[in-house]
Amino acid sequence: MVLTKDIYNKLRGKSTPSGFTVDDIIQTGVDNPGHPFIMTVGCVAGDEESYEVFKDLLDPIISDRHSGYKPTDKHRTDLNFENLKGGDDLDPAYVLSSRVRTGRSIKGFTLPPHNSRGERRTIEKLSIEALATLSGEFKGKYYPLNGMTDKEQDQLINDHFLFDKPVSPLLTCAGMARDWPDARGIWHNDAKTFLVWVNEEDHLRVISMQQGGNMKEVFRRFCTGLLKIEETFKKHNHGFMWNEHLGYVLTCPSNLGTGLRGGVHVKLPKLSTHAKFEEILTRLRLQKRGTGGVDTASVGGVFDISNADRLGSSEVDQVQMVVDGVKLMVAMEKKLEKSESIDDMIPAQK
Amino acid sequence: SVGAVGLYYINYIALVAEYPDLRQHNNCMASHLTPAIYAKLCDKSTPNGYTLDQAIQTGVDNPGHPFIKTVGMVAGDEETYEVFADLLDPIIRERHNGYDCRTMTHPTDLDSSKLHSGRFDERYVLSSRVRTGRSIRGLSLPPACTRAERREVERVTVDALAGLSGDLAGKYYSLTQMTDAEQQQLIDDHFLFDKPVSPLLTCAGMARDWPDARGIWHNNEKTFLVWINEEDHTRVISMEKGGNMKRVFDRFCRGLKEVERMIQEKGWEFMWNEKLGYILTCPSNLGTGLRAGVHVNLPRLSKDPRFSKILDNLRLQKRGTGGVDTAAVGSTFDISNLDRLGQSEVQLVQTVVDGVNYLIECEKKLEKGQDIKVPAPPKGN
Repeated sequence: MVLTKDIYNKLRGKSTPSGFTVDDIIQTGVDNPGHPFIMTVGCVAGDEESYEVFKDLLDPIISDRHSGYKPTDKHRTDLNFENLKGGDDLDPAYVLSSRVRTGRSIKGFTLPPHNSRGERRTIEKLSIEALATLSGEFKGKYYPLNGMTDKEQDQLINDHFLFDKPVSPLLTCAGMARDWPDARGIWHNDAKTFLVWVNEEDHLRVISMQQGGNMKEVFRRFCTGLLKIEETFKKHNHGFMWNEHLGYVLTCPSNLGTGLRGGVHVKLPKLSTHAKFEEILTRLRLQKRGTGGVDTASVGGVFDISNADRLGSSEVDQVQMVVDGVKLMVAMEKKLEKSESIDDMIPAQK
Repeated sequence: SVGAVGLYYINYIALVAEYPDLRQHNNCMASHLTPAIYAKLCDKSTPNGYTLDQAIQTGVDNPGHPFIKTVGMVAGDEETYEVFADLLDPIIRERHNGYDCRTMTHPTDLDSSKLHSGRFDERYVLSSRVRTGRSIRGLSLPPACTRAERREVERVTVDALAGLSGDLAGKYYSLTQMTDAEQQQLIDDHFLFDKPVSPLLTCAGMARDWPDARGIWHNNEKTFLVWINEEDHTRVISMEKGGNMKRVFDRFCRGLKEVERMIQEKGWEFMWNEKLGYILTCPSNLGTGLRAGVHVNLPRLSKDPRFSKILDNLRLQKRGTGGVDTAAVGSTFDISNLDRLGQSEVQLVQTVVDGVNYLIECEKKLEKGQDIKVPAPPKGN
């Protein structure tokens, strides 16, 4: 953390219009000294204005977290799926599933660390209304956490859709589990390939996913669905929080920009034990996680591989990096299976 | 035009949008927080800025406890009990046996010489303990305190404890600075408290900034112990193996009075008033804040179907030997007073002494195949 005494003293007396203070921003970081697998941010935003009022603290953190992103830099948004090259030919013998997620915050409301029950309920209401207008491949149903039947709950668990009350102290210490399960819920389309979480770590988390390696299709559905949802919110005078410096504004500074994590579950038992695995990932601007998500380790050589960047490059750029990088790593895995060297395949730093 | 009544109604509806969903809840806060009371209190705050939503958060987040009906709210400072009296008064009435703090006064009595028959049969009583809490007036309580306030609580208390002498002389172990060896010793002595994991405490914000300004002080004889900045500013505990509750209570009163004298010398005092007695974080600990208890072995009595009724009429409570969140293991129980407010320290410890002696008599009767009697409930119940 970059919180010096000087910066703390400067920011101590300030608060956002909704009353969020620097102590509120940093509480989760004070209470959670470190994470075993990933360097955590240690800060959250309570509202859109947090990023402005506390820029003396958050700008250096953003720069640190997002590869030197400067306060004067501009972020590009590109949700035109046709700009993605390839992505429909990842080998399903290795790539087990493909997924793209992002978050969206509804302008005019405070964020999960700070919002009141009334705000959260209104966010839920607006989200239900917006999602109910979707049709065709996006026709679906909303399941409020408070009120689903046991049968619905079991089905959502089997589909791996149900999110639990947060137990991670990174989230609970930031106040995001308050009033659980009030106004929390899950919406998904009938085909179970497009999913929205309401009022978990962000106002909305939007997820497109399917078995196999057709990331192109996953991304098409992602962009199409997201833009339809945004259109409906805008019609009702509730846009998403976005600005040309920070892109989409979300609770955790690590998710600014695109808020996008595009990834695959991929079998790389040989490559993952290769001495250069970490370096390859770094050069490809990719990140590994266990298949249980951010708080888990890998099991059986299957990894969750996704983009490391969020801010300073577009959605298309980031998914392109995943598509190209995973394709290369699967090719490397195949070489290693034949006991051949991969030294001439090691990529340059992107 | 809308008019005054209409404006009230509109405001009421808007505020009800914030009203928590308590339909699954079983705690005192849920029993008493009507929409009307919520509307009346929701935009008030104490001088320190503590709000109703903050006070009730723990009760909203924790619908019910399997063994005990929880209070469901906490105080962030001394003024909470006044500013939110419309909600706290009925909760206090429910939790403390009808005690009406608007009309009654609470007796404080730390003269341990008044205790009689305070030595138990050690074939049954394994250990004796008395605990209470004290808050330092002028500093916010654990749910709301800043790091600076918490550190000040630590400084004031450690300073006062350093002045104790004789059998009370001891040492402070700060959670942030203790050595591994010290930590292991405190664990072996069963003195070390952990970072709270109970959501009743974490949802109220009491674990913030852990382990900053938290620590344990104990005397060299390991019979007098003070916890700093856990669930209250201070928890004061007198304990020893065996059945000499009289000696435990003597030391308890003596130690408390000494500590109070020390802080007063420096211009501080404990939070106390004649309506509510000692002010602590949880409304269940108001009054004396006192829990006097024993670990007692009652293999026959505990299996008797009348056991719970006997305890009720003796105004006693059973817990597992791991404390409030545990069930009993085998036939050894933690037996302590139910009441905290409306009776003095001397009265409550006497109740425990008389009650535990009665339980032991029952156990002995059952050993000899004799029958036992359920005692009459106290007058007025």
